[in-house]
Amino acid sequence: MTATAFKQNHLLGIEHLQAREIDLILDTADSFVEVSNRDIKKVPALKGKTVVNLFFENSTRTRSSFEIAAKRLSADIINFSSSASSLKKGETLKDTVLTLEAMNPHIIVIRHSASGSPLYLTTFARSSIINAGDGFHEHPTQALLDALTIRQRLGRLRGLKIAIIGDILHSRVARSNIFLHQKMKNEIVLIGPPSLVPAEFCALGATVCHDIRAGVKNADVVMMLRVQEERGARNYFPSIREYRRLFAINREIFALAKKEAIVMHPGPINRDVEIDTSMADGSESVILEQVNNGIAVRMAVLYLLKGDQRHESAD
Amino acid sequence: MEEKIKAKIMDEKKMKRAFQRMAMEILEKNRDVSTLCLIGIQSKGVHVARRIRDYIKEMENVELPLGILDITLFRDDLHKQEMHPVVKKTDIPFSVEAKDIILIDDVVFTGRTIRAAMDSIFELGRPATIQLAAFIDRGHRELPISADFKGKSLPTSRRERVKVQLKEIDDIDQVLIMEPVRF
Repeated sequence: MTATAFKQNHLLGIEHLQAREIDLILDTADSFVEVSNRDIKKVPALKGKTVVNLFFENSTRTRSSFEIAAKRLSADIINFSSSASSLKKGETLKDTVLTLEAMNPHIIVIRHSASGSPLYLTTFARSSIINAGDGFHEHPTQALLDALTIRQRLGRLRGLKIAIIGDILHSRVARSNIFLHQKMKNEIVLIGPPSLVPAEFCALGATVCHDIRAGVKNADVVMMLRVQEERGARNYFPSIREYRRLFAINREIFALAKKEAIVMHPGPINRDVEIDTSMADGSESVILEQVNNGIAVRMAVLYLLKGDQRHESAD
Repeated sequence: MEEKIKAKIMDEKKMKRAFQRMAMEILEKNRDVSTLCLIGIQSKGVHVARRIRDYIKEMENVELPLGILDITLFRDDLHKQEMHPVVKKTDIPFSVEAKDIILIDDVVFTGRTIRAAMDSIFELGRPATIQLAAFIDRGHRELPISADFKGKSLPTSRRERVKVQLKEIDDIDQVLIMEPVRF
């Protein structure tokens, strides 16, 4: 019997994974793509396991994607949203999680505005913790689904030039992607105004560039990030109009990238702000494939994590 | 666990005859090949299925549809495994509805893999029949499952392991019985 060496109990970020573990997640996800194409999109792999979706921030695609992924694996899933919970009555994060844990879930998926909150949960929780986005820190499943999409479209994940454009400073998606492509030994160029792409990012092994034309030249992947107005991104540049003129992707600029290059966006997109409508809907755009792959990647992560250790030993 | 070869049971010649006989028996029992489909269980069952398909083609000049099935997600011991087995591809390029399915694996042992494979096939539709072809039947069944077509019945002890080696993967055609090395 072939057994895998995925030894992680949690998925807190890409930073602490090895390249081989990333490949394993993507290979597993590849097999799950097929499950989603069946008439009956359900397999019994996680029957009897309980997954808690613990979302303290708004989310459409990540939350529903985790929910569908868990259901296709036959797990039971509980959706918890902070607005309808006892947090409003003053319960702390720790008490909320301990209360949920008393119901014996195997996996907790958490999104929180505080960077490091998933790591904090691992200090007292017994379930496997999956980070679904924490503050400005990491969003590992997004980077993994991006990588799966790149691999499907370009046939490889190594030796590529990846251009990431936009609000890098506030972006957990960018950080997870930087860590991932660093491990895959890809060239990473970060593009945006100096206020949103500070030179300190060089320390992560990326090149910082403030000219979109120079940065996109010969890129295999052009990854756009959303202008995050809710995080005050507007205060970092003079006007949307100026930002659009300098850092939006359009056909003319995209023509500088490699011939078979693709354009990505983690969504939600601001049409005609960071991405031209013609680009978002064009054949180079893989935005909807990213969403679709999100399910397969999350199925793979749920499958590979061991779940609550208590249940294993009690067996 | 270290293993050593206890005995060599079949060589290339014997295996070829067994494959041909299995192909013949499948045709004998299924007169109408129009609804006949082969499904090989990942990973060695797929190669066994390809061989059988090729011999059937030689005899009848029809190429039967061949599907690949990975049963990992349907295993009954998933919840208690420390490490998760690798999930491989399932690729069944035809509808199983009302078909006569020959389910093919290299070795049938406890029968649990076959149970999982049947569950998996039923998620895809309702076949008319499912018949089991196993190249080696080594006994020790834990479920009421028996092979309709077999290359060889091979009584073994539980601690032994039957290794079917195929040229496509192992560069040699042979069947070995392995036993753990005692210290």
